[in-house]
Amino acid sequence: MVRPLGFLVGLGFIAALVLAIFTTPLKNEPNVAYSFVKHPKHLKLASDGVAPHWDVAQLQRGMQVYREVCSACHSLNLVAFRNIEDLGYTEGQVKTFAKSFQVPSVNPDTGEPATRDGLPSDYFPAPYANEVAARAANNNAVPPDLSLITKAREGGKDYIYSLLTGYQTPPANLPKELQPGAGLHFNPYFPNLNLAMAKPLADGQVTYADGTTASVDQMAKDVTAFLVWTAEPKLVTRVWAGWAVLGFLVIFSILTYLSYRNIWADKKH
Amino acid sequence: MSFPWAKNYEPQQPLMKWLDEKLPLPRLVYNAIGAGYPVPRNLNYFWNFGVLAGAALVIQIITGVILAMHYAANAGVAFNSVEHIMRDVNSGWFIRYAHMNGASMFFIVVYLHIFRGLYYGSYKAPREMVWLLGVVIFLLMMATAFMGYVLPWGQMSFWGAQVITGFFSAIPVVGEPIRVWLLGGFAPDNAALNRFFSLHYLLPFVIAGVIILHIWALHIPGSNNPTGIEVKDEQDTVPFHPYYTAKDGFGLGIFLIVFAALTFFTPNLLGHADNYIPANPLSTPAHIVPEWYFWPFYAILRAFTFNFLWIDAKLWGVIAMFAAIALLFFLPWLDSSPVKSSTYRPLYKKFFWVLVADVLLLGLCGMKPAEQPWVILSQIGSIYYFAHFLIILPIVSRIERPLPMPNSITEAVLAKHADDKSAATA
Repeated sequence: MVRPLGFLVGLGFIAALVLAIFTTPLKNEPNVAYSFVKHPKHLKLASDGVAPHWDVAQLQRGMQVYREVCSACHSLNLVAFRNIEDLGYTEGQVKTFAKSFQVPSVNPDTGEPATRDGLPSDYFPAPYANEVAARAANNNAVPPDLSLITKAREGGKDYIYSLLTGYQTPPANLPKELQPGAGLHFNPYFPNLNLAMAKPLADGQVTYADGTTASVDQMAKDVTAFLVWTAEPKLVTRVWAGWAVLGFLVIFSILTYLSYRNIWADKKH
Repeated sequence: MSFPWAKNYEPQQPLMKWLDEKLPLPRLVYNAIGAGYPVPRNLNYFWNFGVLAGAALVIQIITGVILAMHYAANAGVAFNSVEHIMRDVNSGWFIRYAHMNGASMFFIVVYLHIFRGLYYGSYKAPREMVWLLGVVIFLLMMATAFMGYVLPWGQMSFWGAQVITGFFSAIPVVGEPIRVWLLGGFAPDNAALNRFFSLHYLLPFVIAGVIILHIWALHIPGSNNPTGIEVKDEQDTVPFHPYYTAKDGFGLGIFLIVFAALTFFTPNLLGHADNYIPANPLSTPAHIVPEWYFWPFYAILRAFTFNFLWIDAKLWGVIAMFAAIALLFFLPWLDSSPVKSSTYRPLYKKFFWVLVADVLLLGLCGMKPAEQPWVILSQIGSIYYFAHFLIILPIVSRIERPLPMPNSITEAVLAKHADDKSAATA
């Protein structure tokens, strides 16, 4: 019973599939844009690889770039001021840093919206009150929150670094329909080629406290390193914990293997 | 299972004797996985995967229960609660990554366990019930994994839920009302998220119950073995403890090494970047893909592009995808060969390896966008998949000439060691 019925069911599916094969066109719709998109450039960071550490000086510079350039449009909702102790600041420096921000609050007498000095427990304040305000100020595009951006994009930190340094004039052979429209800017690292964000970095835009030259490339590297940290502050802890666990497990496996061989020594199998 | 020569549980200490009289749990364990359960002596490492699957379930339950202490299943805060776990909860990053990669490890181990069953004929009489319960466990795992993936409420969580629940609307007449009833709304939203959390917490315990039945059903005839020849004699077996507890301990070590490498060094390797973007019902991702363990079924779903026989292509895809799993229930009756192991089934063995290649091909197609050449490859792959189980196996099992088989497990083991100069110790 099962076999003849199964046979017929199988033939039914195969017939539907054979017809599907013969009626589906073999050529894809041409995707011209795809040939202009570039793979991200590789960025080497101290937090890469199997023996990572946080380059605290770089993270501090990166945070300076975020604050002075990016925070005008991009929020950093998941990072609290207390978290920047990871960047080598003391508790006192964190308090001072937090105080330099105004965070949303309520007037205790009238109940009207107000602002107050930041505390370490507060999060980085967002530049816009809501999505409507964000769109109104940015040609109907919403600048994404940057807390997780290096984990939220294919290509990760390489993509972010390439995007920031990738703004250029469109190539001569770019078809008319792919030219950047009003309010859009060409960047071959962006999957859709033209994005609403204008080139955010210019040479010398930021004056680094430690005297490093603030070229576009340097600022892009630093802010990308910072964003790798914001996406996963526990990254370095994670990798080193991994080595400890792996070391234990290798020893454990050797011991269990030797037990196994010992127990089976008398039995052919 | 009691083979007549199985060792008997004989408690010596007064406490253990008292316990044995009142609630004989130690006796149960002794008979199930202790020295009281005889197992074929020739099992290879492919027999480790059942225990590893059980270990993976335990890991998922422990990490999952802890995550549930810190997670909030409300659409407005779910995403941020997961980030709270990653950043603020002590070792939260580890528990989250372990749970996320533990799911992948669970599926890796279960797929290897299933393919072991296919190769060695473990689904055949007298173990059909073990196989049926196993397919039920597999279905429950897929439901649990799907609902778990929705919980972080990222872009892939939301849109994956949209796609999967959309299947129900393919059912004519009653499909759309059923879909809305299941979701608690017209699209995945807070109602769906809350009920998925509830069911995601529940189903692993249902899986645990079915696993108990699965092991119980196995212990009636006892385990299969690489020759497919049933146990005849005491010298064909060894007691489970200490022989297989030791071997499984080693297997567990290797499993944990792979698990640790994944969790600590490349925790997002098997995931999708889009799930780190909070769900946005107004923004569809460029490519909606499920997690890797669903890719072959996703390829089968998208392979049907033609409205055939008054059933439209979308419905064909849904039916085929469910049929691809449902046909596994009938396998013991589709493949009628009395020979169990592929070791002695040269023709079946060839088709088995083609099936493995086919499933890997379908997996690759499931990952790719619905463009050529992946569409035609999924179509060819799906044709082979259905042909393998529904057409090829029934025919092969009728016409195949198996290789000559040894008379017993011990004979096979001794033949393997025939060139040993030392005396055979049975």
